[in-house]
Amino acid sequence: MSTTVAGALFAASLVVAIAAVYRPLGDHMYRVYAGTRHRRVEKALYRLVGVRPDAEQTWGVYARSVLAFSVVSVLFLYLLQRVQNHLVLSLGFKPVASDQAWNTAVSFVTNTNWQSYSGETTMGHLVQMAGLAVQNFVSAAVGMAVAIALVRGFARKRTDQLGNFWVDLVRGVLRILLPIAFVGALVLIAGGLIQNFGSGHDVTTLAGRAQHLTGGPVASQEVIKELGTNGGGFYNANSAHPFENAATWTNWFEIFLILCIPFSLCRTFGRMVGQNRQGYAIVSVMATLAVVSLVLTNVFQLMHHGTVPVAAGASMEGVETRFGVSDSATFASATTLTSTGAVDSFHDSYTSLGGMMTMFNMMLGEVAPGGTGSGLYGMLVLAVITVFVAGLMVGRTPEYLGKKIGAREMKFASLYFLTTPMLVLFATGLALALDAGRAGMLNGGAHGLSEVLYAFTSASNNNGSAFAGLSANTVFYNTATALCMAFGRFVPIVLVLALAGSLARQGGTPESDGTLPTHRPQFVGLVAGVTLVLVALTFLPALALGPLAEGIH
Amino acid sequence: MRTPSWIRRHLAAVRALLVLTVVLGVAYPLAVWGVAQVPGLRSQARGSLVSADGRTAGSSLVGQSFTDRSGAAITKYFQSRPSMAGDGYDPTATGASNLGPESIVDTLPDPRLVAAGKTDEKARTSLLTTVCTRSKAVGALEGVDGSRPFCTRDSGVGAVLAVFGDRDRRGRVPHPTRVISVNEQDGVVKAPFVAEYDGVRVELAKYGEDYSKGLVVPVRGDAPGRPAVPADAVTASGSGLDPHISPAYAEIQVRRVAEARHADVAAIRRLVDRYTSGRDLGFLGEPRVNVLDLNLALDRRYPVR
Repeated sequence: MSTTVAGALFAASLVVAIAAVYRPLGDHMYRVYAGTRHRRVEKALYRLVGVRPDAEQTWGVYARSVLAFSVVSVLFLYLLQRVQNHLVLSLGFKPVASDQAWNTAVSFVTNTNWQSYSGETTMGHLVQMAGLAVQNFVSAAVGMAVAIALVRGFARKRTDQLGNFWVDLVRGVLRILLPIAFVGALVLIAGGLIQNFGSGHDVTTLAGRAQHLTGGPVASQEVIKELGTNGGGFYNANSAHPFENAATWTNWFEIFLILCIPFSLCRTFGRMVGQNRQGYAIVSVMATLAVVSLVLTNVFQLMHHGTVPVAAGASMEGVETRFGVSDSATFASATTLTSTGAVDSFHDSYTSLGGMMTMFNMMLGEVAPGGTGSGLYGMLVLAVITVFVAGLMVGRTPEYLGKKIGAREMKFASLYFLTTPMLVLFATGLALALDAGRAGMLNGGAHGLSEVLYAFTSASNNNGSAFAGLSANTVFYNTATALCMAFGRFVPIVLVLALAGSLARQGGTPESDGTLPTHRPQFVGLVAGVTLVLVALTFLPALALGPLAEGIH
Repeated sequence: MRTPSWIRRHLAAVRALLVLTVVLGVAYPLAVWGVAQVPGLRSQARGSLVSADGRTAGSSLVGQSFTDRSGAAITKYFQSRPSMAGDGYDPTATGASNLGPESIVDTLPDPRLVAAGKTDEKARTSLLTTVCTRSKAVGALEGVDGSRPFCTRDSGVGAVLAVFGDRDRRGRVPHPTRVISVNEQDGVVKAPFVAEYDGVRVELAKYGEDYSKGLVVPVRGDAPGRPAVPADAVTASGSGLDPHISPAYAEIQVRRVAEARHADVAAIRRLVDRYTSGRDLGFLGEPRVNVLDLNLALDRRYPVR
C-alpha cells in the first residue's frame, strides 16, 4: 500500500468514527445541558461552592460568572507556578519566572495552551496535574457552557434567562469530559503512555551514555489535552514525544479525541433548537471546510515542494517515523482547525504551503469544527453574518432560527468577527516594528515573518501551536501573546453572551415564504463561502508576505 | 449587611476552582494511576523499560544515540535518526530543529575562532547544509552514494549561489556581474562546486562579507531524485526521541553491522525483518524498525568479543 493510500484511509477512518459518535455523543450532551435533575454529588458540590443551581442567570450575570471564574483561575495558576518549589512533586524545579508564569496561566485558562516553557525542565508534577490539567478540563467546559448559552438564546423566547453558568460548568466537567477522559487515559496507557508520579529513571544506554527517562502523570493529562482541544504538552515536544503519543494508533485516537466534541456539539445544537436538520447544516459547513483543508495539507506535504524537502526526499524534518508525513499532516490539520494546538510534528519545518494551511485553519477563526464550544459559537456567529448578507441580497429582514437579526445582533456579530483579526494583525505589525519582536525569529526572510504571524494568529485564536523556532520566552513575547490570548478569548465570549441575551429576549418569528431556509445545501455553501471570503480578505496580504512569498516561485 | 454580589461571585469562583482542583487535579490522576497498576498496563505506565544483562538499558519507546563520545557511529550498532534533543536523544531537552523549508544559506563561522579551536556562537548552519552534511557522512559510513539534490558533491553543503547584478522586471538577474557559492567558505573548501554561472566565475564565500543583496539561487545538480540515503537518515524528528528508522535506512546499514559483528549479512537482515513493523491494521502510520530493540537483540545473538 502506498503512503498516499494509507494516509487517505487514515483520514477516512477518522471521518467514519466521528460520524458514528455524532448522534450518541451529541444526544448525550443535549441531555446533560437540558436536563433538570441534579445528581447527588453535584448537589453536594453546589453546596460547597455556595451557589443555587436552579437560579438561572441573565447574560450579564452569566458573563460575569465566566469572567470571575477565569480571573480566579489565572491568579491560582500563576501562584501555583510561583511557589512550586515549596510544594510536593516539584522535582526540584525553581519557581517559574514571573512573565512566563503569567503567560502560562493566561494560556491555559483561555484554552490556548501556548507553551513558552519546556515542560520537562520547568513544571513539576503538581503544577502539571493540579494546575495545568485542571484548566484543561475547566477551560473546555467554559467554552461549552458559553456555546450552550448562545444556543439557549436561539431556543428560548421572551426571557432574559440563559441558564446557570456554575451548573453548566460542573455538568460539562463531570458528565462529559471526566468520564471520556478516564476511559481514554487507560486506552492511551495501553498504547504506551506513562502514568506515574516518579521523577524518572537514570539509565545507561547501550552506547554507555547516561540517559534520564522522565516520569509523570502524562496519560491523564494527554487525554484531556486533546479532548478539551487544549494542546499544552507535558513535554516540549508535545504529542511528538513517545510518552505522549507512543503508537500509530494512539495518534489516530488522539485526533479522534480532538474532533469528537466540537463536531458532536452541532447535534446538541440541533436538538436544543428542536430541529436536527439545523445541526446537520452547521456540521456540514464545518466538515466541508475541514475536509478540503485536510486534503490540501496532505497534498502539499506529500508533494514536498521547496528546496530542503526536495533535498531530503520527503517532508520528514520534524516528523516522527512511526507517524510519517501523511498522518502527521492530518494531525496538523485537526489541531489547527480546532483550538487544540497540540502537535505531533513541527509545523515550522513544514513545506511553505503546508505550513500556510495550518495558519489558514486558525485564521478561519477555528470554526471547522473549532474548539470545544468555541467552535460552535464561532460558527453560529458566522451563520448570523451569512443570513444578514443573504438578507441584504434579497432585501428582506434577515432571520435565523426564527430570530430577527437586527442592528443590535449584527453589531455583536461584527465585533465578534473583527476581534481576532485586529489582534493578529496589530500585534504582528507591532512585533515586526520592534527589535524585541524581530529578535525572536529563528529563520530569516519570509519564514521569519511567518513565525511571528503564526505566533499571534495562534495566540489570538487560542490555538497554542507554534512555528516553534520563534524564541517566545522573552518578556516581550510572554506579555504580548498573553494579552492576545486574554482578549482573543474573553472579548468574543462577552459578545457571544450579549448576542445570546438579545436573541432570547425576542419572541419567535414564524417562517414565511421569504424566509431563507437555513438547513439546505444552499445555506451550507453560503456560510462556507462567507467564511472563506471574510478570512481571505482579512489575511491574504499578511499571508502573501509570509508563506506565499516563500512557497511560490 | 449583605456581601456585595461581585464579591460573592468571586468567592464562589474560588470555591469552585478548589473543589474542581481536588477532583480533577488530584483524585482523577491518582485513580488513573491506580487502575494502571493492573498487569497489561503496569509496564507501559512505568515507561516500557527494557533491560540488558539484568540492568535497565532504556525504554523501547525512546530512541538512543549509538555513537561514541566523539560522536562517531559505533559500527556494531544500527544508527538512529539525527536528533535535536540536547546532545542527541536527551529526554530532558526534547524538540525539533524548527528550521524552515527554505533555510538554505549558512552564516559562516569566523575562521580565526575556528583556527583557535573555538566555536563561533554567531555561526548558523542552514537546514539544507545540515541535510547535505549528514547525507555525505551516512553515505561514507555505509558505502553508498551520499549525493542529494541541492547538495554540493565534494564539500557536502547546500549548493546555493548568490547572484549579483541588475534585476529584470520578474526579479531575475539576466546579466550577472558576480556570483558567490555562499555555503562554501574560502579556506575550508578548495574550489566552488561549479566553476562558472552564466559565464561568470563563481567565487567562494568569505567570512564577514554580506551577500544578502544577491539573488539566492539553489542549484539542483545531477544527484538522483531518490537518493540512496533515505530521508529519515538526514532529517531530525519532531521529538528528538524517535525510536524508529525506516526499513530503507536499516537496509543500507545491514552490511556494515554484519561486518562489525563477523556475522552473515543474510542473518542480520532476517533479524532486521523480525524487528520491522508494518503499518498497524495495514494503514496506520508508516513501516518502521525499532532501533533499540534491534540492537539489544543483536547483542544477545551476535555478541562482539
